[in-house]
Amino acid sequence: MSTAETTARGGEQPALSPQFHVAHHFDSADTQFDAGRMGIWLFLVTEVLLFGGLFCAFAIFRSWYFDSFVEAHHHLDKVMGAINTVVLITSSLTMALAVRSAQQSKKELTAILLALTLACAATFLCIKYVEYSHKFHEGLLPGKWFSAVGFHTAHPGVFFAIYFMMTGIHGLHVVIGMILISWILKRTMKGEFSSRYYAPVEGVGLYWHLVDLIWIYLFPLLYLVG
Amino acid sequence: MAQAVADHPVTEQSGTNYINAQRGILSWLLTVDHKRIGLMYLVSTTIAFALGGFFALMLRLELLTPRKTFMDAATYNQAFTLHGAIMVFLFIIPAIPGALGNFVLPIMLGAKDVAFPKLNLLSLYLYWTGAIFTLSSLVTGGLDTGWTFYVPYSATTGTAVVKVTLGVFIIGFSSILTGLNFIVTVHKLRAPGVSWFRLPLLVWALYATSVVQILATPVLGITLVLLMMERVLHIGIFDPTLGGDPVLFQHFFWFYSHPAVYIMILPGMGIISEIIAVHAKRRIFGYKAIAFSSMAIALIGFLVWGHHMFVAGQSQLAATIFSFLTFLVAIPSGVKVFNWLLTLWRGSISYRTPMLFALAFMFLFTIGGLTGLFLGMLSVDMHLHDTYFVVAHFHYVMMGGTVVAFIGGLHHWWPKITGKLYSEKLGAASAALIFIGFNATFFPQFILGARGMPRRYYNYLDQFQPLHQFSTVGSWIIGLGMLVVLYNLLSSLRSGASAPSNPWGGRSLEWQTASPPVTENFEVAPKVTHGPYDFSTESQ
Ligand code: HEM
Ligand SMILES: [Cu+2]
Repeated sequence: MSTAETTARGGEQPALSPQFHVAHHFDSADTQFDAGRMGIWLFLVTEVLLFGGLFCAFAIFRSWYFDSFVEAHHHLDKVMGAINTVVLITSSLTMALAVRSAQQSKKELTAILLALTLACAATFLCIKYVEYSHKFHEGLLPGKWFSAVGFHTAHPGVFFAIYFMMTGIHGLHVVIGMILISWILKRTMKGEFSSRYYAPVEGVGLYWHLVDLIWIYLFPLLYLVG
Repeated sequence: MAQAVADHPVTEQSGTNYINAQRGILSWLLTVDHKRIGLMYLVSTTIAFALGGFFALMLRLELLTPRKTFMDAATYNQAFTLHGAIMVFLFIIPAIPGALGNFVLPIMLGAKDVAFPKLNLLSLYLYWTGAIFTLSSLVTGGLDTGWTFYVPYSATTGTAVVKVTLGVFIIGFSSILTGLNFIVTVHKLRAPGVSWFRLPLLVWALYATSVVQILATPVLGITLVLLMMERVLHIGIFDPTLGGDPVLFQHFFWFYSHPAVYIMILPGMGIISEIIAVHAKRRIFGYKAIAFSSMAIALIGFLVWGHHMFVAGQSQLAATIFSFLTFLVAIPSGVKVFNWLLTLWRGSISYRTPMLFALAFMFLFTIGGLTGLFLGMLSVDMHLHDTYFVVAHFHYVMMGGTVVAFIGGLHHWWPKITGKLYSEKLGAASAALIFIGFNATFFPQFILGARGMPRRYYNYLDQFQPLHQFSTVGSWIIGLGMLVVLYNLLSSLRSGASAPSNPWGGRSLEWQTASPPVTENFEVAPKVTHGPYDFSTESQ
């Protein structure tokens, strides 16, 4: 891909991304950019495997305790889950647009889009908080802590163990994502990114899409299929 | 000895190099130079090895007599757990990639550094942090689960499970970051002329290792998180009393830990390929076969974890498939051994210290690998599982294989790393001591195991005493050999002759730069026009 400064709007613009320089051990900005992108993708692979273990546990326990899983999953709030899915998909859209506008050196637009992404992430967490507090209130908890009454099957506690581990670790990723987005938001406002240099925005964007994607699997599996 | 002509004649010792370029402790702690980071890894992992070795000698000492010699059962449990955990997580997994890999990989590619130098430093810091957590268990109640942390015991024992698993979790991140860094470096930072098939075989081996590190370690990570949750909060995923499944833990654990044995051995195999080619002055036989067998081992290695669970209530079908795949994964290892042998054949072998260790490796690793096949056989494993046969098997591969390769590689690159030559006489003596001591220690354990001596016991039937004593005396010989290695290398720093840039006549890039190299590795950006093993002694 080309890093040519194609977007020079009028001759009087200040230099794009003034802080950016190619690190000493790369032969060109292109190599550096490609290396960074490859690093991010490899990191995402490790994330997929990390969640892979949890999905695997889900599949096994679901086949063992099918009835419990069916019974327990009716206690999840499908509406809230659905709203959260929409919220996260929206945030992925704003994130993708943010990356695009960073590539086009549109600083203000990038900042706005990143802020919107942050807002979506926060909304997601708030809804999750409401859901969690309901579960705590009703004793719909993992293993030893399960105390809800009126269940007809033997192992709803295992379902909630899986539920809390999966959504909890996913929630942690959302929090980390918010920190990363705030970081690039700050750097955007300082004018560090442009068509010449936008690798961090793209990297955080990729991470955010993965966080979103994982939820897109979690929602149907936990809330709808059970 | 025909000295291969260096392509880029180096001005010997122009004065500054990566070691004296900057001074002060902070210049080390904040460095991003891969060579300095490699050196810090070398020192750290050596300390871990010494600590693990101390526990090993204590274990063997306790086994001198059939009843209590000087430790009680509980202490013994803690000693073998810490021995295993330290050796596996603090030494053998990080040692070769972290120390030697960090040092030579970028130079072999003709690069100035790894792709992400800061991440490289972070990975060292994570290693240190994880090590502190792991070792803090020493003063806070120890750990007695075995290095495998099997539930349900690990969820109930009173010892410091959470500290150690947290430490291992953190070290896992360090391992992932190193792997990620190496993969990107190999893809993106090869100098002009360094095509994929001109990569030294150590690079291929480290590349394959990195793939395993990236794909397997996250699964260990999530397993340990679930284990900590189980222990602290009793969430009931692994605990059978709450409906959980302890066998699931074993599957998760071995899904990482079998591939992890390839994280341990593949870099060692890479070192052996280098040593054998360079010290026999012979183009490596079957370059592509060795390179691809590394990748094959890395990939098939993911499909055999069930051979650790043949007696853990696996279905017969699963056990049969795992057994078959276990035999399959032995093939690429065999391919390597034959290629090394054929490289030696009619080579002009010089029996310097690295070559002596390489020969020891070939002998010991072959025994280790072949006995692995015994264990992969369902009917035989029923008898041998959890006996000293298994202990002997994995020591032949891990110590006889990886540790011997590591020490050989350390001698091979020592002149490059430090700019000093050690005594070949002492080197040969240490190789001999370690080889003899090793066989004396571990060969009897095959017999013990076959006769039914179970592993992880601090006392035993009287009839086993002669073999156990033999083994214990062997461990002292290994210990002595290690001390000679240490003395030889350290004293070379004070009184060794300074090393030329290319003491062995190697052709790969690390021998075309000064010993020790300058901060960014090369005075002149290298261009490569030949393969890493095109020695002038051979008709092209
Ligand atoms: C030729 C290739 C190999 C084969 C066929 C093989 C086979 C096996 C089998 C079947 C077992 C399980 C025995 C039991 O628990 O009953 C085993 C255990 C083990 N192997 Fe290997 N192995 C091979 C190479 C390696 C390598 C290269 C390493 C390490 C560098 C290694 C390290 C271990 C360890 C640590 C254990 C014991 C784990 C434990 O239960 O604590 N193996 N091997
Ligand atoms: Cu295995």
